[in-house]
Amino acid sequence: MAAPKKSVAKESGQEKAGSPPEFTREQELKALRDMLLIRRFEEKAGQLYGMGAIGGFCHLYIGQEAVVVGMQMALKQGDEVITGYRDHGHMLACDMEARGVMAELTGRRGGYSRGKGGSMHMFSKEKHFYGGHGIVGAQVSLGTGLAFANRYRGNDNVSVTYFGDGAANQGQVYESFNMAELWKLPVIYVIENNRYAMGTAVSRASAQQDFSKRGVSFNIPGKQVDGMDVRAVKAAADEATAWCRGGNGPIILEMQTYRYRGHSMSDPAKYRTREEVEKVRHDQDPIEQVRNRLLASGVSEQDLKAIDAEVREIVNEAADFAQHDPEPDASELYTDIYR
Amino acid sequence: MPIQVLMPALSPTMEKGNLAKWLKKEGETIKSGDVIAEIETDKATMEVEATDEGTLGKILIPEGTADVAVNTPIATILADGESAADLAKVSAAPAPKAAEAPAAEAKGDAKAEAPQPAAKAPAAPVNEALPDPEIPAGTEMVTQTIREALRDAMAEEMRRDGDVFIMGEEVAEYQGAYKVTQGLLQEFGARRVIDTPITEHGFAGVGVGAAMAGLKPIVEFMTWNFAMQAIDQIINSAAKTLYMSGGQMGCSIVFRGPNGAAARVAAQHSQDYAAWYSQIPGLKVIAPYSAADYKGLLKAAIRDPNPVVFLENEMLYGHTGEVPKLPDFVVPIGKARIARAGKDVTIVSWAMGMSYALKAADELAKEGIEAEVIDLRTIRPMDTETVINSVKKTGRAVTVEEGWQQSGVGSEVAARIMEHAFDYLDAPVARVSGKDVPMPYAANLEKLALPSVAEVVAAAKAVSYR
Ligand SMILES: Cc1ncc(C[n+]2csc(CCOP(=O)(O)OP(=O)(O)O)c2C)c(N)n1
Ligand SMILES: [Mg+2]
Repeated sequence: MAAPKKSVAKESGQEKAGSPPEFTREQELKALRDMLLIRRFEEKAGQLYGMGAIGGFCHLYIGQEAVVVGMQMALKQGDEVITGYRDHGHMLACDMEARGVMAELTGRRGGYSRGKGGSMHMFSKEKHFYGGHGIVGAQVSLGTGLAFANRYRGNDNVSVTYFGDGAANQGQVYESFNMAELWKLPVIYVIENNRYAMGTAVSRASAQQDFSKRGVSFNIPGKQVDGMDVRAVKAAADEATAWCRGGNGPIILEMQTYRYRGHSMSDPAKYRTREEVEKVRHDQDPIEQVRNRLLASGVSEQDLKAIDAEVREIVNEAADFAQHDPEPDASELYTDIYR
Repeated sequence: MPIQVLMPALSPTMEKGNLAKWLKKEGETIKSGDVIAEIETDKATMEVEATDEGTLGKILIPEGTADVAVNTPIATILADGESAADLAKVSAAPAPKAAEAPAAEAKGDAKAEAPQPAAKAPAAPVNEALPDPEIPAGTEMVTQTIREALRDAMAEEMRRDGDVFIMGEEVAEYQGAYKVTQGLLQEFGARRVIDTPITEHGFAGVGVGAAMAGLKPIVEFMTWNFAMQAIDQIINSAAKTLYMSGGQMGCSIVFRGPNGAAARVAAQHSQDYAAWYSQIPGLKVIAPYSAADYKGLLKAAIRDPNPVVFLENEMLYGHTGEVPKLPDFVVPIGKARIARAGKDVTIVSWAMGMSYALKAADELAKEGIEAEVIDLRTIRPMDTETVINSVKKTGRAVTVEEGWQQSGVGSEVAARIMEHAFDYLDAPVARVSGKDVPMPYAANLEKLALPSVAEVVAAAKAVSYR
């Protein structure tokens, strides 16, 4: 095992990011497009839910787009991604097709799980996306296992394991942290701190509210990141992937972000004020930040409109497919239980 | 073309809602994200956000209208450059007539006038029950939802005994993820109504420890699916300590929450745990169906000196039933109830299974088969006697459950019938159950995975050789 490099983060925990490195115009445009795709996709999913085309639980990612998009920009072929049930954005960022995701949301045969998993349970072996998990915290051990497999095989891939501020209180998270550090597993624990777990604000559920310090007693370094600024996310992701690929073991990135919508579609969100939501939207929106920088750098409104149009077309096509694709054949009831 | 705003579905189970309030007037400009209206569902008041931009053209459903079916057009939005004249282009159904009466009273008539009938699902059935022997004749009955019956049971027991407290995720400030603990924080305060972090294994253990010290916790699991994180504490700590300590130290604790299939939430959130917990000596397991039983049995569970697993059903929370108005209505644990008397075939069920069983009994009656339907209510200890007495009379039995068949509760019932009434049986016992698959998400597959009334009817006929 290589001697641990101290390049990335202080072992004692958080390290506040300064002003993040600038993106090239190309990177800005890509970030904008990818974030817009998630936003428009989620808006459409919300509409389809309202029409009854999507059932059950549906957790939208609106507001948090910069996290997955920035992280993904630092990954390489073969790196694994795993998350909880607020997963649509992660799948789109992993380059899974919008139509396959949307068709899963409507429970159709063209969905990624052939209609059997729904919004919370979707996977793509091909894109190294390992789900899509409905049980809060379960993905943290699973993501650690993905990293175990990388270490076992001796490749230099990393497992990017996402979970929420609420999930960060589950016991198996700490059991996993211990093993990950003990065995120097290449896993980036991305804690998406959107300030609430369902109706519970972080301050009402967490004794230690600085999530970057959650690994301190295991000697896992951590860092707080402005999760609304895609450049800051990408910069942190670059450091974290280098740390993991260098054989230094796990690292924690606390992404400070915000969800605009309710926890799921049936959440009246009485636990926060409209003003609070409006303020984040107005001051920190991840998409507006990029859009404004691009406009300031001389990109025309027209060019940005074209990106929006392209994204809308993908989303509309996906929605159309998802509403017209047939339901799974009845014989599918008994398939995929064993192999 | 003006855009139609449709009545949104705001929860997995919502079919209709009340249009409580318009926050925008006709002619006002609307930006995407603006709150345009407030809608009341059975759980909460929700805000409707605009997803399109433009001007509010016409309000099609006035505020105060009750029971508006999901997907009914409620307003039109004019895009930039469109005028009121464009409204004529909207091909939708004619603007529906709003019920005159205010929301609360409109329920009955609004239904007849409702613009478009809600999907296909009929109105929530009212659970009916034969008079329970525990209720004195002439007792006044109140109509309550099961959600309210549960809340009242907890509130009454908390008033009665200062050692009773409740903890779980979102039970206090949020008033319960399914609104079962509504009002408890307000009445009993944060010392006794406690929001926990999402740490099932931890807080279940904390509950058991507090119970070992003599308190009487009610531990709510947001759903029983999440109690799998905590099952070790329920079984290894709660159920076995009395025995392991030679009778010195037990725990009086209730674990409760919604169990079984919900709607379209797929494999990890739709599972019946009745059979799992019913295997464990040291636990009592209760799974009621009627509103009165929900109340009376929860009160009994809280008073019981043993650990009790109390399995509720989310799909039943909004159902109403008659609950006796008694100062202290407690239903004994371990007693089944004959929900419908009959002489030809015995149908044994509990919890949600009862809804299939009772509907099947109606169907069978049309064909001249009188089914006796037994609601077990308590799974452990199981009231074998009531089942056996019935089978001795009918000679035939069918069990109905949403859970899986292998090692299911129905299998246990069948075994007991075989052991105690073999000579009375005219046919092998039939088991109707959920299919042997994880719960699928797709609407059509989900339907197939669950038992159906038709399957119960067919099984009853098969054991009757009809
Ligand atoms: C073990 C378990 N407990 C409870 C739940 C219900 N639940 C689903 S999401 C959620 C809140 C999680 O919040 P957080 O981890 O902050 O993620 P976010 O929803 O904010 O993305 C809860 C309590 C669950 N799915 N699994
Ligand atoms: Mg959160």
